[in-house]
Amino acid sequence: MRTLLTMTLLLALASQPGGAADHLKVVATTADLGAIAATVGGDDAEVTSVARPTEDPHFVDAKPSFIRLLNQADVLIEGGAALEAGWLPPLLDSARNPRIAVGAPGRIVASEAVDLKDVPSRLDRSLGDVHPYGNPHYLLDPVNGRLVAGAIARGLCAVDGAHCDTYTANAARFTAALDAKLPEWQQALAAARGQKIVSYHKNFDYLAERFGLEVVGNLEPKPGIPPSPTHLAELVPRMQTAKVRAILIEPYRERQTPDFVATKTGAQIVVLPIMPEGRDYIAFIDQDVRALAKALAPS
Amino acid sequence: MERVGISRLQAMAAAMVMAAAPSLSRAQGAPVEQLRKELESMRKQLQQMQKKLDDQDAVIRKLSKEPTAPPAAVAEPATPPATPPAPPPVVATAREPWSPAAPIRILSGSRGYLNLSFDGLADAGWSTNPDVTALQRGDHDPLQRGFTIPNAEIVLNGAVDPYFTGVANVVFKLDEDNETSVELEEMYLQTSSLPWNLQVKGGQYLTEFGRINQQHPHAWDFVDQPLIIGRMFGPEGLRNPGARLSWLLPLPFYSELLGSVQNSNGGTAFPFRNAEDELFGRTPIDRNVRGPGDLLYAPRWVSSFDLSDSQTVVAGLSGAFAPNASGRSNYTQVYGGDVYWKWKPSWQSGGFPFVSFQTEALGRRYEAGASNGLPAEALYDWGLYSQALYGFTQRWVAGLRADWVSGDAGAFKDDENRADRFRTSPNLTFYPTEFSKLRLQYNYDHGQLLGDDSSVWVQVEFLLGEHAAHKF
Repeated sequence: MRTLLTMTLLLALASQPGGAADHLKVVATTADLGAIAATVGGDDAEVTSVARPTEDPHFVDAKPSFIRLLNQADVLIEGGAALEAGWLPPLLDSARNPRIAVGAPGRIVASEAVDLKDVPSRLDRSLGDVHPYGNPHYLLDPVNGRLVAGAIARGLCAVDGAHCDTYTANAARFTAALDAKLPEWQQALAAARGQKIVSYHKNFDYLAERFGLEVVGNLEPKPGIPPSPTHLAELVPRMQTAKVRAILIEPYRERQTPDFVATKTGAQIVVLPIMPEGRDYIAFIDQDVRALAKALAPS
Repeated sequence: MERVGISRLQAMAAAMVMAAAPSLSRAQGAPVEQLRKELESMRKQLQQMQKKLDDQDAVIRKLSKEPTAPPAAVAEPATPPATPPAPPPVVATAREPWSPAAPIRILSGSRGYLNLSFDGLADAGWSTNPDVTALQRGDHDPLQRGFTIPNAEIVLNGAVDPYFTGVANVVFKLDEDNETSVELEEMYLQTSSLPWNLQVKGGQYLTEFGRINQQHPHAWDFVDQPLIIGRMFGPEGLRNPGARLSWLLPLPFYSELLGSVQNSNGGTAFPFRNAEDELFGRTPIDRNVRGPGDLLYAPRWVSSFDLSDSQTVVAGLSGAFAPNASGRSNYTQVYGGDVYWKWKPSWQSGGFPFVSFQTEALGRRYEAGASNGLPAEALYDWGLYSQALYGFTQRWVAGLRADWVSGDAGAFKDDENRADRFRTSPNLTFYPTEFSKLRLQYNYDHGQLLGDDSSVWVQVEFLLGEHAAHKF
């Protein structure tokens, strides 16, 4: 009994934060935030992402292993705008970590750095599963990536002032690299400007707006509602009239509906990752832009 | 827009200062000449401000007319160094001028201090047994041929202050006579910032024993509660006022120790100090709390491992110990083990596909007192349920559950609360969205005393308000 007590006490002491924390422990909810955080954090931060890059970020399981991860985090970077509403709250409840509580310096809400699209003026679920605070898929616009990098640098500085110069320099380097790439991407999609596209979910609106593409419809009749025959019967002729050449889908989507619509309209299916699989956000945008440019190239 | 607002404010402030300044100067008896000079300079300042204001108004008007005009808005980056043939430069879309009809933008956080939701469950169906409650032992199960409203739940939760979160869960239900009853199912305060990975919860709550006992009926994967839960903890499951301490162990994997102290009396502590139900032929006695030993103690240890990127297992051990009402010094011990495994691939879409398996085994030792001519004896009961779910395509889940309960022979014969029983339940659930579900379930029952029965149930659920996130 006494050894048990001693062990318990030792474990309790070991569970105290602080100690040998040479790396800032940063947890990002999604892989895109993780990639930018890894770039900004550099060698001084150890970044882990919660959601797998290939999965639907709306429906991530609140696995208990994430509780431990969040329990030890110095910084939590969340996308915000209710993207993680289905899985983050119970994790945080169990994680009991005041360092990443709402309003703590260690809590970075990336959506606060950007201007969100489609903020609904009324909340009504008969309109589908509308995100109440606006469309949260803003990181497919590289300019937003730049803004988020700035927010992350400021957030890391607030928690770890000693390495603030490094974070600021890393963010500046990232921004410069992104700025150098932007004209290149604009150039690649210059010919496609003004073209009309269709996407499965409202995942690509920011990307489309940045590069002057017009999203004329979604395969989903309403956000989060799977495609229905009635909706497709209306969408297909609309796509034909608008001469839509590309259907943008995320890698995790079923292919039956896109295939059907593609056959009916002659549009091409473009599978665009919505999250970087590695730690390079710029390369990820580059990959998406090139895929899109290739699909929309004048034939 | 914001800038205009600020400069207008400045202008107003200046005007106010102007109005106040002369009277002040007069009060000080300053010469008229000086006063005139001050007035003149102020008028100049005001004119400058007005000009600035007009300039900014012009800029705004220009921006809103030509949304693609280059001047970068505050948050936008500077135009990148334009390489010669650069097509349309990266430019900011000017923000629309504000109008009263425009949505108020709230970027993050909740819109109120309180999250409110309502969950409605309704059952309909038929059973070969006209006395449905003989088969369905849970209070939130279908209770009769035809229709049942087993659960209409109001959930309130939110952060109380920086130290606590609060949860309240009020459940309305209709009994088999369609009379409404109300239960304060849960109402607790939970700490949010204790040191050493500790967390305290206090109030009325579902005891953290196994998996199902902590879940509200709308979170169940089947229409009804498992037989073993009804047998061990009665129609309402185990819940009572109390306090719980939990410790998240500082290990590389998730592991949590929980300890609960709750009242041990009433129908929601069914096999314990429960003076309401006559159990195992014994007439219950009113047993007061003489010391802390007469309360209910419920420890639990739960751990979890990710077997791979797409597979997770959670396993737990639970206990519940308290006196029972069959005698002055009689106690009940309940033990349980639970395992949950889930596979969800890295390419899941909308949460599908997935496969999960869950099983809970429980055993109970009940020290029955001498009563009604029955001897004092220890009664042992045990049983388990296992369920598998397969979310085979988006929105569709197929499930299969097997229930088995048993017990040793006691002096009180032919007791439906202890007789052998087996049940198997295939079901199919369709989720139009996360906020509604339609479920069809078939139950095949075989009871040592009840014989064979078949039942078919349909369940409908709807949810209004904030969607509570799912625990794993």
